[in-house]
Amino acid sequence: MISHALTRLTPEMVAEIEALAPRYPDRRALVLPALHIVNKALRHVPLDAVVDVANVLGLPPAEVQDTLSFYEFFHQKKPHGTVRAFVCRSVSCALRGGEELLEKLCSQYGIQPYGTTDDGSLTIEPAECLGACDFAPCVLANDDLLKNLEPAAAAAAIEAVKVRADRRSTDGSSKAATQPREGA
Amino acid sequence: MPPFEPVLLEAIGTPDSHTLESYCSRGGYAPFEKLLAEQQPTDVIELVKSSGLRGRGGAGFPTGVKWGFLPKDHPGPIYLCVNADESEPGTFNNRILMEDDPHQVIEGTMISSYATRATTAYIYLRYEYPHAWDRLQAAIDEASAAGLLGSNIKGSGFSLDIYLHRGAAAYICGEETGLIESIEGKRAWPRIKPPFPAIEGLFRKPTVVNNIETMACVAQIARRGTDWFRSIGVPADPENPRDPGSYGPKLYCLSGHVEKPGCYEAPLGITLRQLIDEYGGGVWKGRKAKAAIPGGISMGLMTEAEFDTPLDFKGPGTVGCMGLGTGAVVVIDETVSIVDFLHNSCRFFAHESCGQCTPCREGTSWNQRILERIRAGKGRLKDLEILLENGNTMGMMPGSTICGLADGAAWPIKNAINKFRDEFEETIKRTNPEGWMVTDPVPALQIVGAH
Repeated sequence: MISHALTRLTPEMVAEIEALAPRYPDRRALVLPALHIVNKALRHVPLDAVVDVANVLGLPPAEVQDTLSFYEFFHQKKPHGTVRAFVCRSVSCALRGGEELLEKLCSQYGIQPYGTTDDGSLTIEPAECLGACDFAPCVLANDDLLKNLEPAAAAAAIEAVKVRADRRSTDGSSKAATQPREGA
Repeated sequence: MPPFEPVLLEAIGTPDSHTLESYCSRGGYAPFEKLLAEQQPTDVIELVKSSGLRGRGGAGFPTGVKWGFLPKDHPGPIYLCVNADESEPGTFNNRILMEDDPHQVIEGTMISSYATRATTAYIYLRYEYPHAWDRLQAAIDEASAAGLLGSNIKGSGFSLDIYLHRGAAAYICGEETGLIESIEGKRAWPRIKPPFPAIEGLFRKPTVVNNIETMACVAQIARRGTDWFRSIGVPADPENPRDPGSYGPKLYCLSGHVEKPGCYEAPLGITLRQLIDEYGGGVWKGRKAKAAIPGGISMGLMTEAEFDTPLDFKGPGTVGCMGLGTGAVVVIDETVSIVDFLHNSCRFFAHESCGQCTPCREGTSWNQRILERIRAGKGRLKDLEILLENGNTMGMMPGSTICGLADGAAWPIKNAINKFRDEFEETIKRTNPEGWMVTDPVPALQIVGAH
């Protein structure tokens, strides 16, 4: 029973959440799936969306926020970039240059780790083991696993993911994307 | 020794290995249908018990025995959770199984559900595996369309639904009760046991949590039988009635400083050296190895001199490692500083500690800060004692935490300092010639500055 008007969740998102409801005997189990649905659409889960999710699921907003705050994955203050690149820094990648790769990418795009470019096209986050140690060092950029990434070739690989992300985006706006700085 | 013919990985690299057609052409799903038609769930539990299969997720608990803990004649529902939150650094065998042969995993899940009388199975898949998600979902859809999932499967009266549940990048969700809490929509704080999940687990119902590779092994045991499974690996020690042995094939993940990183299937008990030389093409760039992790970062290190240790459930423990873990071998060459290695390990655990138990939450982050200070040239010999004291007091073994994450965080510290103490001392003295001998407390601000 939805008792308040929803401010951030669209009817489509609510329908997507409700479609999963028969899978679980308890609506609280829909918290993570719902947060993923919101995060996919909004690229973050702002507080008012948390309240919406709580209303849809019939939970106190504090419980949803409690769960959300545990998983660093969900940004809350502002959206992550249209491309979200996780750069692995765990042992296998670190042994093959993962840390240098992170440094190179951040300096080329002029952002700090966890930062987003001004145009919102890219967020770079250090990640713990991506489970692709056979392809170390690696980056997970949206749904693309970029394997055996040499620092010199990394920006080009990210740009290719950006092009795919732009193609998929529905608004089709042609914002000037932040380009990597040459020789940075 | 004749080359070992891979079984769990038999289809990897063949065209369309992820499809139902490919899987059925290899004899897939016939064992499930046969068990369903001819055997009782208790028979399947006995089958897996007698195979000697031990869980592949890290702890090595006998799978059939785990299933046997479920209450008899429970009115249900009983749940099966398949742990695909593979997050132990160095480990990727589950990913390969799910991406390239998902039906093998699904069939194992079906057989395990039948054995445990579970009518709903959740596969908890880590966020970082989007491709595995697509492949598993497609496999579930294919199996459903073929009448292998759903209600009253093949007229047997047995019903089963398998659902994927996506994680959100938290290592602790690989701990079985953390995983259960996470599915329930809460923060993934592990539960105090008992009650064990078999008695009170997901949604407070009896629950079994098994690893993806374990599911693949179950599928192969159903297809090839227990004699086949027991013919591979290291038999139980007849002198030790409590030794369950190390039977079956294992998927070893080889990464780090080797020529050919990859996931290789070998009988349990292959030595680390064989794995590196015969499968991995040797240490990279013609260098020498300094050490290797035998089974995920929390197991500690084996020195080069210990590389002839067999990688079965017992072997790594004989040389001061915690155990076989996930079978993920990470090779470290002679150029790597052990201080840097340990810093990487401590940073990982500081990031992934769930924060529930104080010794782990505080201990892991202090360990990281001490290592950072050492790397910044401000280390003291006394730091090694502090690290060891932290390592000896955090975890389930000293009894100060709820789950084993802290043990996994502490083991590499104790192990690395014991095995490479000279290198730690040399590094500290070389990088901090003025202050390495100081034993006064470090002023808090100075520590914050180094962070």
